[in-house]
Amino acid sequence: MSILEINQLNKTYSNGFVALKNIDLTINKGEIFALLGPNGAGKTTLISAVCGIVNASSGSILVGGHDNVKNYRDARRMIGLVPQELTTDAFITVWDTIKFSQRLFGADYDPEYLEQILKNLSLWDKKNNQIRTLSGGMKRRVLIAKALSHKPDILFLDEPTAGVDVDLRKDMWDQMRVLRESGVTIILTTHYIEEAEDMADRVGVINGGEIILVEDKKSLMKKMGRKQLTVELKEPLDQLPSGLTDYDVQVQDGTLTYTYDSLREEFGVDDFLCTLHDAGLKYKDVQTRQSSLEEIFVELVKR
Amino acid sequence: MNINGILAIYMFEMSRFRRTLFQSVASPVISTSLYFVVFGSAIGSRIQQIDGISYGSFIVPGLIMLSVLTQSVSNASFGIYFPRFSGTIYEILSAPLSYLEVVLAYVGAAATKSFVLGLLILGTAYFFVDMEIQRPIWMMIFLVLTCTTFSLFGFIIGLWADGFEKLQIIPLLVITPLTFLGGSFYSISMLPPIWQKISMINPVVYLISGFRWSFYGKGDVSVGLSLGMILVFLLICISILSYLFKTGYRLKE
Ligand SMILES: Nc1ncnc2c1ncn2[C@@H]1O[C@H](COP(=O)(O)OP(=O)(O)OP(=O)(O)O)[C@@H](O)[C@H]1O
Ligand SMILES: [Mg+2]
Repeated sequence: MSILEINQLNKTYSNGFVALKNIDLTINKGEIFALLGPNGAGKTTLISAVCGIVNASSGSILVGGHDNVKNYRDARRMIGLVPQELTTDAFITVWDTIKFSQRLFGADYDPEYLEQILKNLSLWDKKNNQIRTLSGGMKRRVLIAKALSHKPDILFLDEPTAGVDVDLRKDMWDQMRVLRESGVTIILTTHYIEEAEDMADRVGVINGGEIILVEDKKSLMKKMGRKQLTVELKEPLDQLPSGLTDYDVQVQDGTLTYTYDSLREEFGVDDFLCTLHDAGLKYKDVQTRQSSLEEIFVELVKR
Repeated sequence: MNINGILAIYMFEMSRFRRTLFQSVASPVISTSLYFVVFGSAIGSRIQQIDGISYGSFIVPGLIMLSVLTQSVSNASFGIYFPRFSGTIYEILSAPLSYLEVVLAYVGAAATKSFVLGLLILGTAYFFVDMEIQRPIWMMIFLVLTCTTFSLFGFIIGLWADGFEKLQIIPLLVITPLTFLGGSFYSISMLPPIWQKISMINPVVYLISGFRWSFYGKGDVSVGLSLGMILVFLLICISILSYLFKTGYRLKE
């Protein structure tokens, strides 16, 4: 079931710059969707158009079935946004700012829920601090807490982990998974591709204002993500043993290179090494490497 | 209607007022006291009564207007300019609030502040001069209307401004001169005829005149005209704002 439908969305900024071109995108309820693209691709513009921060030039956006212009109240109530820039007030306390956000979105003040959010984001001990006294990573988490304060159905995270340390980043993702379990749809942008690879159910790639690909992450990895196993043999080999002809193998002097799908179970590494063993081949060293989402992404954007 | 949202912004704006309560209260009280010392006592004792009112009492309504106008404009313009400048406006724009509700919250808070300020100055004035307020209800009506109208005007300036200088330019170059020349410290009838005519294009003349009428029963122009002019100005501000919002002016790309 879809929770966000973007149809033929175009955005031309007032200086004439065309930032989005005919965007069609459907986001499923409860998924984690990673939007990837180089700097200036239009990720933030796309998110801002959905959230009502920039006016679209043409096209339509349906949030949970509500048009985000005609029916903006219902549409916006469903959305929580963590912006890319660290834009916070300075003198207000952490507690007051999330209370503010909760009520701004029309919800009633619910201290227990806010307490839980702060605890989940490891901010509870900072609740009475003025925001200006927090570190950058803490401010980022305050922005996340603000976005969650009104229990949104869709959470937009525009580079949520920029400036957050490794431990907390892991924590954060664990919580995002918990959120997803509870039915929240998460749309994120990131420049850490491992993160998308780790987290996302689907991946969209945007470049120059155009969506150039939307794929299930697994099938994307499968389609484009190949693994290579390189085996250095003790003795050179002139002919491929008969058991190995079924595999996609290349021989060069003393090196065997086996290319396989990372997600395919049969003809996996285990089978391959067994076959080598059965053929009586001895090896010095084994290496594997995988084309990461990053490589796939770079390749896509280059095209 | 998103009442919670309106209140959230309103309270946020008022909390800035509370945080800086001392400056907010002290500066108008001190500056008003200075005006009374200088104009009321030192100079005023050499000025004869105006319309049968001692000079010290005569300037009270003008003094209140002077502060209320400047404070309304600067509070409201700062209130909306600052989140635009710092970027925190993103949250307001993404919230389920109509433009009308956003204006209600920001302008309501700015108007409340200047209303409180006006009453404070009035209270301070009691220490310095004898005065009576003949029509307290009308006095309140004029005060509220002025606070609201000029807070709206300030809000427009806060939308229009693209730098801190512009925020200060309007109060400095427009509001203050118009107030000083609008009869805060004198009666328009004391001017040479030609300047009386010129003064009539100054909208502040009507504000001060109506306000003074509610105190002493006498103004430079009729009270109906005063009231009419304030309402006209209020309408102009509302129309400009609703026109601006149609285009998302300076708030949304
Ligand atoms: N207000 C604006 N006026 C004119 N052009 C703009 C405006 N905001 C963004 N742009 C342009 O639109 C393009 C897309 O910007 P956007 O911020 O959406 O990129 P992004 O994909 O989020 O990039 P990043 O990874 O750097 O955050 C850029 O070329 C940018 O210069
Ligand atoms: Mg961006």
